[in-house]
Amino acid sequence: MKAGRRSFLKNAGLGALGLAASKAFPAGAEGAKAGGGPRWAMLIDTRKCLEEKECAKCAEACHEAHNVPTLPNPRHEVKWIWKENFREAFPDQEAEYFDEVLTSSKMLVFCNHCDKPPCTRVCPTQATWRRADGVVMMDWHRCIGCRYCVAACPYGSRSFNWIDPRPHLANVTPTYPTRTRGVVEKCTFCEERLPEHRSPACVEACEAKAMMFGDLADPTSEIREVLRTRFAVRRRPGLGTHPEIFYLV
Amino acid sequence: MYDGGKILAGIAIFLGLVLLPVWHNAVVASAPRPEVKTPTHEKHCVDSAAVMRASHMNVLDQWRDAVVREGVRTTVTPTGMTVSMSLTKTCMNCHANKKEFCDACHNYLAVSPTCWECHVEPKGSSS
Repeated sequence: MKAGRRSFLKNAGLGALGLAASKAFPAGAEGAKAGGGPRWAMLIDTRKCLEEKECAKCAEACHEAHNVPTLPNPRHEVKWIWKENFREAFPDQEAEYFDEVLTSSKMLVFCNHCDKPPCTRVCPTQATWRRADGVVMMDWHRCIGCRYCVAACPYGSRSFNWIDPRPHLANVTPTYPTRTRGVVEKCTFCEERLPEHRSPACVEACEAKAMMFGDLADPTSEIREVLRTRFAVRRRPGLGTHPEIFYLV
Repeated sequence: MYDGGKILAGIAIFLGLVLLPVWHNAVVASAPRPEVKTPTHEKHCVDSAAVMRASHMNVLDQWRDAVVREGVRTTVTPTGMTVSMSLTKTCMNCHANKKEFCDACHNYLAVSPTCWECHVEPKGSSS
C-alpha cells in the first residue's frame, strides 16, 4: 500500500484529535470521584460556639495533640485552629442587618479542606495534595518551604515555620512529630486519628458540642441530616474552592 | 634532573600531609567500632539484623511514603509481625535510647540524619 502525503496528514490529524479527546475526558474521572469511601467534612454551630466566648478548648486540644508552638512574635505565628472576626472570616457575606452577637464576634476557623484546593495546585514538589477522603494532606518530608501554598490559600490557613518551633513548646507530645524551620503546616483534619475511628481532637474537646465531624458521602450520616434540615454557609463560596467546613448561623 | 632533591623532598612532604589520617590510624589505633545495645525484652526486629544494619534507612523511607502518601499505617514484616509503620511508635519503642542505639553508629560514620529534627525521641533517652 502506498501512503501518500494526503492520507498521512489525514491520519495524523485524526490521531492528534483522539489524543486530545483522551486528555480532555479521562476515562473514570467521574467514577473516581463518586467511587466509595468517606468524604470528611466538619460543621460548626456558631450559636453554640458563641455561648462560651472565652472558650478555647478546641484550640488547646489541637495544639497539644500536634505540637503547635506558641511563638512570642505574632509575625511568626503558627495557626492550626483559631478565631477570626466575622467580617474577616466571611468578607463577602452581606451582613448589614445580621444579629450583632454574630457580626461582632470571632468565628472559629481552620483549614477548609477544600474540594478544589488552590494550595495543592501550586505546590512544586507535590508535598501537599487532596486525598480521596477529602483531607488536604501534607508531606513535611517533601516540603521545600517555597510558601506558594501560603500565597495560594485564600483563607490564610497555612503557616510557615520562620523559626525552630521546638524551644517554644511547653509540652511535647512524643507520638506526633514537631515541625522544623522552613516547612509549611496547617490543620490535617486529625488524619492520624481517623483510622482509629476517632473524631478530630477539637471536636472531641468541644464541651458545647458545637462542632460535628462526619462523612458527606454517606447520605444517612448525621452531618448530612443537619445540612438537609438547617441552613449552613461556607467561607467565600464565590472563589469556587468548595470548602468542606460548614457554618450554621 | 634539576633540583631532584628538592622535588623529591617536596613530594614526600606533600604525601606526608595529605595522607596524615592514614598515618594517624596506622600509628594510633583506629576508633573502636561502635557497640550497639540491642533490646533484651524483644527478640525479633522487623527484619533480620543484617538487613536492618545495611538498609534500615530504606525501610524507614518506604514506611514514610506508605504512611504519609498512601495512608497505609500497618504492615506485616518479613519476620511475621504486624506493626505500625512508625519510627517513634515501633522502632523507638524497643530501641528507646537514641544516644546508645542510633547515635552510636551515626557518629562513628559521621552521618547526621535529619529524622529527629521533627520526630521526637522517647523521654528519658538522653540520660
